[in-house]
Amino acid sequence: MRSTRLAVVAMVAVSLLATGCGGKSGTSNSGGSNAAVFTPPKIPAVTSLGQGEGQVNLVSWAGYVEDGSNNKSLDWVHPFEQQTGCKVNNKVAGTSDEMVSLMKTGEYDAVSASGDASLRLIAAGSVAPVNTSLVPNYADVFPDLKNKPWNSVNGTMYGIPHGRGANMLAWRTDKVRPAPDSWGVVFDPKSPYKGHITAYDSPIYIADAALYLSATQPQLGIKDPYALDQKQFDAAVNLLKQQRQNIGEYWSDATKIEQSFQNGDTVVGTTWQVIANGLTAAKAPVQTVLPKEGATGWSDTWMVAAKAKHPNCAYKWMNWVISPKVNAQIAESWGEAPSNSKACALMTDKNFCNVYHAADAPYWQKVHYWDTPIPQCLDGRKNVTCVDYSKWTQAWTQIKG
Amino acid sequence: MSTLTSPGGPVRRLAGLLHRRPYLRLAGLLSAPLLWLVVAYLGSLGALFLAAFWTTDVFTGNVVKQFGLANFQELWNQSVYRTVTLRSVGVAVAVTVADSLVAFPMAFYMAKMASPRAQRWLVIAVLTPLWASYLVKAYAWRIMFSGSGVLNWLLDPFGLHGPGYGLPATIVTLAYLWLPYMILPIYAGLERLPNSLLDAAGDLGARSFRTFRTIIWPVAFPAVVAGSVFTFSLSLGDYISVKIVGGRSQLIGNVVYDNVGAANNLPFAAAVATVPVAIMVIYLVAVRRTGALENL
Repeated sequence: MRSTRLAVVAMVAVSLLATGCGGKSGTSNSGGSNAAVFTPPKIPAVTSLGQGEGQVNLVSWAGYVEDGSNNKSLDWVHPFEQQTGCKVNNKVAGTSDEMVSLMKTGEYDAVSASGDASLRLIAAGSVAPVNTSLVPNYADVFPDLKNKPWNSVNGTMYGIPHGRGANMLAWRTDKVRPAPDSWGVVFDPKSPYKGHITAYDSPIYIADAALYLSATQPQLGIKDPYALDQKQFDAAVNLLKQQRQNIGEYWSDATKIEQSFQNGDTVVGTTWQVIANGLTAAKAPVQTVLPKEGATGWSDTWMVAAKAKHPNCAYKWMNWVISPKVNAQIAESWGEAPSNSKACALMTDKNFCNVYHAADAPYWQKVHYWDTPIPQCLDGRKNVTCVDYSKWTQAWTQIKG
Repeated sequence: MSTLTSPGGPVRRLAGLLHRRPYLRLAGLLSAPLLWLVVAYLGSLGALFLAAFWTTDVFTGNVVKQFGLANFQELWNQSVYRTVTLRSVGVAVAVTVADSLVAFPMAFYMAKMASPRAQRWLVIAVLTPLWASYLVKAYAWRIMFSGSGVLNWLLDPFGLHGPGYGLPATIVTLAYLWLPYMILPIYAGLERLPNSLLDAAGDLGARSFRTFRTIIWPVAFPAVVAGSVFTFSLSLGDYISVKIVGGRSQLIGNVVYDNVGAANNLPFAAAVATVPVAIMVIYLVAVRRTGALENL
């Protein structure tokens, strides 16, 4: 394996290699400046594309790779297969952690990684930099999605932005009154909805509690919900332990929670817009809101595996998935903001991009994209050590008791 | 043809060799199954145990192959793992007890009261659920336990509510899933009990309970224990049912799963996975003393 990689190295331009420089501190914007704290393995990007390999293996979030089997009107896989001759094999993952471990198997060519997976994938050498000049549609991607801390390292892009959105608060309008506008409704220890509240079953959900605390307990001084020192972390964990008493069930399987909302077993909790859209289509009285405290969210990036067996098809897929029409289709069916600026004109709902704030950079300041907590505080604090993600996972087991 | 029949043919020579050397015959017969048992089965258990002493890199999640006891320390120090272990054992015991209570009368009817023709049909009926997918059955229970499900609809006229999702639902679902594994050994065990013994007990004036206590139970006990090995071990390792109907609770299997799937911490998952292995070894050693393993 190593020798083939070295052979490829000889063929590519050295300029594409990411050269780590530990001393440089990047400008701190919404995602933090973690680009400078690690040196990614030197994996070259491809320089030219050849014929498709006949198939491509993807890892994706639910609703990103639709072939019409869930909903006849949602099909952008078959047209892709017809056009490129690349048969799509898709594996839906429920959490970012699942994506990271799936990509480690080496079975997959591309992944729609969120910010809490992308850097781990880069650091582990699971994904290669992306040669954006081979993805023609990249030119139309919103500028505020390019070269961000969660999809690039020192100016080298490691993926193609796909879309972004927030984790929404959903509730059954017939069971929850008045309509909530704060995450308080899921964290209130004396909640009248005890036993019918849901939460996302992943350690990253600790950030949701931290975000709520940043608004309700300002004395804790939480600036970035992914950069928590021990005291802040303990406060978030305690809040979640308290919340557990009121939880009906945790979810990571989108289908399961959709069914639970539909039956009324769950009446309020954190969801994705795509789940709410499915419920609305099924005539369940469910609404969503971006609560006043803001929300956690994601900015997803299609990345190519470092040892992809079908890199040409993977590149073709990345270009396809952000092509204006497909990007519009996904964004609209999913309920997230598209990454391609030309997608907005192609939506069936002409107001869609306004509703989802596609081009509204200030709006996205309220959304804290999933990020990987590491010991070096992402918010730039130098005098404390932050709690890293392995501690988050252990705490999550303890929260669930 | 000629090579086969000629006195010095290779086949015949081989046969002669195997006849003269019984140990070679034995080695030939057993090497394949032994290879499977030792390399594939015990080998993977060994690899699991070895991996439990490694750690992972915090950020990249890559396995660091350095020997250490950190995983077991964590497992011992954090009370949450003790709670989860006790809960899992509790669920496994509850499932086993529930299954033996349901299975015993069923198996007794099948073995001693039903006609031979009915017996065959009953065995088929008991085995039929095994043909359906595990997930379908678990999701069927999820729908039944739902707030608007069949269970609540049945209980509603009596002013009662179903337990909803949680540990009771998990125990019911698992007891349902593993019931055939309890019925069949007990059925086989009771079939070995001669009817004449029951008649003799009746003739000597023993009432039903006494007959049960002094004749049926001693014969059936090893069979019940044999069935319990199945239900107990299957319940102890299960993590899917509890995800589907368990509400917010987690069992050992979920901790293992979360550490492999979510946390990507294979070494710690391996350390956690040794806990049910240890429990099962203790259980099997205890079971051996009852003589039940001869009934498996």
